Amino acid sequence: MSEQHTPPHAAGRPPTDVIDSVGRLLGGPDWERRAARGLAFLRRRITGDYEVDEFGYDQELTDNVLLGACRPLYERYFRVETRGIEKVPAQGGALIVANHSGTLPLDAIMTQVALADHHPAQRRLRMLAADVVFTMPFVGELARKAGHTLACNPDAERLLFGGEVVGVWPEGFKGIGKPFADRYRLQRFGRGGFVSAALRTGTPIIPTAIVGAEEIYPKIGDIKPLARLLNLPYIPVTPTFPWLGPLGLIPLPSKWYIAFGDPIETSGYDPGAAEDPMLVFNLTDQVRETIQDTLYRLLLQRRSVFF
Amino acid sequence: MNGSGTILVTGAARRLGAAVLRDLLRHGVAGDPPADRIVAVDLREPSPEDRVEGVETLSADLRTPEVAAVIARVRPHTVLHLDVLAAPSQAGSRTAMKERNVIGTMQLLAACQKAPSVRRLVVKSSAAVYGCAARDPALFTEDTQPHRPPRSGYGKDVTEVEGYVRGFTRRRPDVAVTVLRFASFLGPNVQTAFVDYLSLPALPTVLGFDPRLQFVHIDDVVRAVRYAAGDTHPGTYNIAGSGVLTLSQIARRLGKPTAPIPAFATSAFGALLKRIGAADFTGDQLNLLTYGRVLDTERMVSRLGLKPHYSTAQAVAAHAETVASRPLIGPDAVAAAERRLTSLLAGRAVRRESRTLRDDEAQRESDAAVDEADWKEDG
Repeated sequence: MSEQHTPPHAAGRPPTDVIDSVGRLLGGPDWERRAARGLAFLRRRITGDYEVDEFGYDQELTDNVLLGACRPLYERYFRVETRGIEKVPAQGGALIVANHSGTLPLDAIMTQVALADHHPAQRRLRMLAADVVFTMPFVGELARKAGHTLACNPDAERLLFGGEVVGVWPEGFKGIGKPFADRYRLQRFGRGGFVSAALRTGTPIIPTAIVGAEEIYPKIGDIKPLARLLNLPYIPVTPTFPWLGPLGLIPLPSKWYIAFGDPIETSGYDPGAAEDPMLVFNLTDQVRETIQDTLYRLLLQRRSVFF
Repeated sequence: MNGSGTILVTGAARRLGAAVLRDLLRHGVAGDPPADRIVAVDLREPSPEDRVEGVETLSADLRTPEVAAVIARVRPHTVLHLDVLAAPSQAGSRTAMKERNVIGTMQLLAACQKAPSVRRLVVKSSAAVYGCAARDPALFTEDTQPHRPPRSGYGKDVTEVEGYVRGFTRRRPDVAVTVLRFASFLGPNVQTAFVDYLSLPALPTVLGFDPRLQFVHIDDVVRAVRYAAGDTHPGTYNIAGSGVLTLSQIARRLGKPTAPIPAFATSAFGALLKRIGAADFTGDQLNLLTYGRVLDTERMVSRLGLKPHYSTAQAVAAHAETVASRPLIGPDAVAAAERRLTSLLAGRAVRRESRTLRDDEAQRESDAAVDEADWKEDG
């Protein structure tokens, strides 16, 4: 571009300023530094120069991309408020046990964002997921990269022994796929496998209640034949899905609360305690009742579903 | 010595066998008792480059009772059974491979059972015994019951081999039996189905799956056999380099493009690849490339005392060196591009800085000047 063609009023504003203002708009005042960091990140991704742990957890990808993608949902859309997040220990293993709801496991993902962003020690949550997750293309791959693994005792105990915060939603599909009419009514808590994992590793159990997730996709029906055909646990019918097509996939913007309860210590029991079914059942019940009570208490305090 | 310190090695004419023989000779064939004699057995004479000086070479067909005569004559103290083939190409055909693996092991164990001289048996097995499925735990320990045991190919062979070995252990409780379950081999001169796969110009993958994989360098394989042969370590051991890589990471590290194939098309595509003899993308191999497999090697370190020299990542790097792969986009090119772009950014900042100095007045009010000073301080 030659000088004489430049309009006089733009003489002092070379086109680089356009780049600069775009950069500022996207990346804030120190966008150049952020861009340089982004380039380094891209280089590592292209050349494979990053680490994954033996579960396939890609912390770099999770911290830089996956959590960032979920953050607007957490901050702006569901406006999640946490209670007692400091009860999750700053270091060492802990087992988060929470209620499951909402047709899609957004409650689990929001709990992960809560602990990574709002816990003083920025704990990374490693979740135990149903086996169907790992048979599905893309979903299974993404779950492993985000740090999650199959819900089974060997994996749970390995993570807890490794000092990780492990999340488990013991209601499983019974909880997440329950009809809207049954909202906030806890389903059966599996076979107590999570309690024996905590007992074997001596890690505290943190009963956690999540309010708000029940209302995101009110499930009023189930297309069972299609679910069977696709090998899925259910195909939900909600007031918007499948009637509005892809628009029906937009969750309702309910207001969320995640309340972390007082840790239930398990280190005081004998080493053989995990083999005592009576104790395991009792602890399972204790965890379940704590979560149910907290849910009812939070629901009483809640002013509205959406605010 | 009454043959008490004799080591008999099967599969000795193959690369691994030859490497183990050389290693045993180099390290003075230590052990308890120290071996004074090494006998190498294989179906055929070793090729010139795999010939090892200083060992007795016998040719015998493990699939026939001939092997019983050999054992009776040699009277070995230790038997290293390495003649377990991982790929049909190593035997000529799948049928021949299966016969050598399964019938060969049966005959050898039958002969060993009748030989009171045998005190120690080391068997080469594979992590393929675990199969791979989405419902398996993330790591296999030696005691993990596979969710979906392998039903074909190498995995089925080693499952059967281990079955016969268990039978032998029951019938000869006085023999220390060590089973080594190896992850996939990598390293110089290694020819496996996975190496064939890695040599494809673009790596076919299963769309939507990124398996975790683990490898063991051939040098560590040889060391594992020596550790097991040199002392009594009864039991089963997973042998693998530490750490894991995902398939996408391996492709990127080797600079290979990937070609994702939707799951429903993989079997047709695999059959096609097999027909043209390019690589195996069927059966167990396809399962491995879908779900991956990772071994817990705690027992290897704590009981066998083996700390591999190569991690999984280092084994892959060693493989990249030996095949002298020329990546489509090399890491150097990527790093250079990054440097260019970064310096462009830094250059912009510097240019902006000098402009700031020029129209000092005008810019002073804006917050931007403060930011730029920060930027300059940072370098």
